[in-house]
Amino acid sequence: MSLTQTHGHAADHHDDHGPAKGIARWLTTTNHKDIGTMYLVFSLVMFLLGGAMALVIRAELFVPGMQLVDPGFFNTMTTVHALIMVFGAVMPATVGLANWMIPLQVGAPDMALPRMNNFSFWLLVAAFSLLILSLFMPGGGPAAGWTLYPPLVLQTGDALPLAIFAIHLAGASSIMGAINIIVTIMNMRTPGMTLLKMPLFVWTWLITAYLLIAVMPVFAGAVTMLLTDHFFGTTFFAAAGGGDPVLYQHIFWFFGHPEVYIMILPAFGIVSEIIPTFSRKPLFGYDAMVYATASIAFLSFIVWAHHMFTVGMPLAGTMFFMLSTMLIAVPTGVKVFNWTATMWRGSLTFETPMLFALAFLFLFTIGGFSGLMMAIAPVDFQYHDTYFIVAHFHYVLVPGAVFAIMAGVYFWLPKWTGHMYDERLAKFHFWMSAIFVNVLFFPQHFLGLAGMPRRIPDYSTQFADWNMVSSIGAFGFGLSQLLFVYIVWQCARGGQKASAEVWDGARVQGLEWTVPSPAPYHTFDEAPVVK
Amino acid sequence: MKMVKRAFVAALAWVGASSPAMAAWSDLNLRVGVTELSREIYGLHMLILWVCVAIAAAVFGVMIYSIATFRKSKGAVPATFEHNTKAEIVWTVIPVIILVAMAVPAAKTLVKIDDTRGSELTVKVTGYQWKWQYEYVDQGVSFFSTLARTSDEARQLDSGIAPGSVENYLLEVDNPLVVPVGRKVRVLITANDVIHAWWVPDFGMKKDAIPGFINEMWFRADEPGTYRGQCAELCGRDHGFMPVVVEVMPQAEFDAWLEAQKAARQAAAAPAAQTAALAPKVDQVATLRVANAE
Repeated sequence: MSLTQTHGHAADHHDDHGPAKGIARWLTTTNHKDIGTMYLVFSLVMFLLGGAMALVIRAELFVPGMQLVDPGFFNTMTTVHALIMVFGAVMPATVGLANWMIPLQVGAPDMALPRMNNFSFWLLVAAFSLLILSLFMPGGGPAAGWTLYPPLVLQTGDALPLAIFAIHLAGASSIMGAINIIVTIMNMRTPGMTLLKMPLFVWTWLITAYLLIAVMPVFAGAVTMLLTDHFFGTTFFAAAGGGDPVLYQHIFWFFGHPEVYIMILPAFGIVSEIIPTFSRKPLFGYDAMVYATASIAFLSFIVWAHHMFTVGMPLAGTMFFMLSTMLIAVPTGVKVFNWTATMWRGSLTFETPMLFALAFLFLFTIGGFSGLMMAIAPVDFQYHDTYFIVAHFHYVLVPGAVFAIMAGVYFWLPKWTGHMYDERLAKFHFWMSAIFVNVLFFPQHFLGLAGMPRRIPDYSTQFADWNMVSSIGAFGFGLSQLLFVYIVWQCARGGQKASAEVWDGARVQGLEWTVPSPAPYHTFDEAPVVK
Repeated sequence: MKMVKRAFVAALAWVGASSPAMAAWSDLNLRVGVTELSREIYGLHMLILWVCVAIAAAVFGVMIYSIATFRKSKGAVPATFEHNTKAEIVWTVIPVIILVAMAVPAAKTLVKIDDTRGSELTVKVTGYQWKWQYEYVDQGVSFFSTLARTSDEARQLDSGIAPGSVENYLLEVDNPLVVPVGRKVRVLITANDVIHAWWVPDFGMKKDAIPGFINEMWFRADEPGTYRGQCAELCGRDHGFMPVVVEVMPQAEFDAWLEAQKAARQAAAAPAAQTAALAPKVDQVATLRVANAE
């Protein structure tokens, strides 16, 4: 009896008990590493699903004329592709990285609220089950664009409530994740790690989490108003009842603009970890990076109407949103200059994470330039709702956010699995992705400038050549990602053993490199010391 | 599988049919257009484009130099500096100056775009799923403008008609909007069902057509001709199939066209006007109008 008691006592206080066995491990886990892995796997599945939808779009646009799908189904594809990529792929991927890395980087044993952590993951699965289910409803899936503008969105059939509930659940999941991240960072940093000693990835996520808490409820409110307009006779967005369709756009973009920073700030954080590591030199202007991130977050709340310059705002409104939008170029510029200065007089090597980070640096900057062009309101009257916009946001989201996420995965994969991935294959994956992503998206600048509107299933023959090039790029890029799946799977299964430090430039980069590879199931049971 | 094969065959046909001359300049860049505003917008576009290219050349130049020079494989030893206040001030201030320099001309153009005063013709444009209605305000002329039948037949799923064989595929309508050259035309834009956007690239502007609200914009086309655009706001299933076509003609031709339209409408309305029951109502309305005016 006493022996059993002793044993029970030991199990409570020592860190050598492993995960539960079988499926129960994943359903009931409260371990930040397990949950991080689940988020990342989920986001990879969604990335492939959303990508498949993108290929339906690009296949139909390969040549002029309608060959494959009905125009209504085409609209469903553009809508659901975007919803899945934004809420199912990019956001969960950065949450997955946060779950894995924030406790390791701040020296905490786990996330502050582990059960809520589990709940927020499984809520996301429920959300996307609903969204995918909505595709099979009478009247077809949601087809009004991911922005769900009324009155068009109110013409959706039975898919509408499903899509809206999916957004509610995904939003609740995001808010819980954000609360968890804030509490972890605020309360569980190891002694000695002051705020301005935190790794940049932790900083960018802290700010992102505040953005999430600020805007997800706004979005939930907007879509709930759609719901009541549709089912309960309210007229928030119907002029006939005293409402205003443009009101929805204001509310949506008040959420929507911070949302784009929710997707890109963690990417900034990842890149800010990788470039110093492979330059073997500390990050240039750490404080400036933190302040620039905070400035971008602040500005993101006062620029929203630049997404809707053509709705007919008064001159003063258009002027304000043009000028505030242009201002964002300043802190964003500071970031790009600081990353460049980090490489200056460094000692660079070019492993796959660095290659992806460099591609991010070049291609995100191109997306930033087109963003600056679009800020100029009179010119945006031409660019608005054309493929120029499509090119812009795909540059900041694909070689921007997605490349940074992939850089982060390659960077930390050895820490997670204890194995090195196949560097040769990974470099091949990089070059395929980097080349095809440009073949895919660069010609869309031309298409937009030449006058091709976005979200059309068929086009006039003058747009044919570049559409074909773009579609070829799309299939090349899509197929390259299967290679990524294989490399990750292979690395999880085995491979050359990784050291604790993994990268020889990682010596000063953060606490995650002080624990063994793979990181044990429980880390930092005793708080590490930070000088 | 059948669909994939079909797409493949269509692709081959397209490659075979299209001329080898790839992409003229006009297929790569914004159009200069035919109005004062469109030319100013084009100028702003080129200005900001070259500013971006210049900054890109400098920034990418430094990046590429760093990547090429500071390589471990070349024996580069990392420096240890972590910041440089002077440099940081410089690269914060310079962008601010560039932005101000950009904002000034942009704001000027914006003011000009906003000024719809002194228009010589007012046209009301109403978006429907999926066609446009044009109404010459106070002229009693209005009509619908829908996708031309040739395009509509060719754009059906598996129509078997090659888009290349249709003239102005997807950019042709049955009844174009007709306006006089060199006159300031004020366009009032609204919609009847969902949001659309009326856009003619050569006029430099697009504006949303919002049900229940009226937006306005203006243009003054300097050259006669046919100008084509499309609906630019997702408006449902056939969003891609409601083009905008505007014919700009000399004033005399326009006047003749408008008179012909009026005459045609009067001829069509004549039998209806003879219906005795309607006549008193028309009188009543007229009296009311007079009363209001007084």
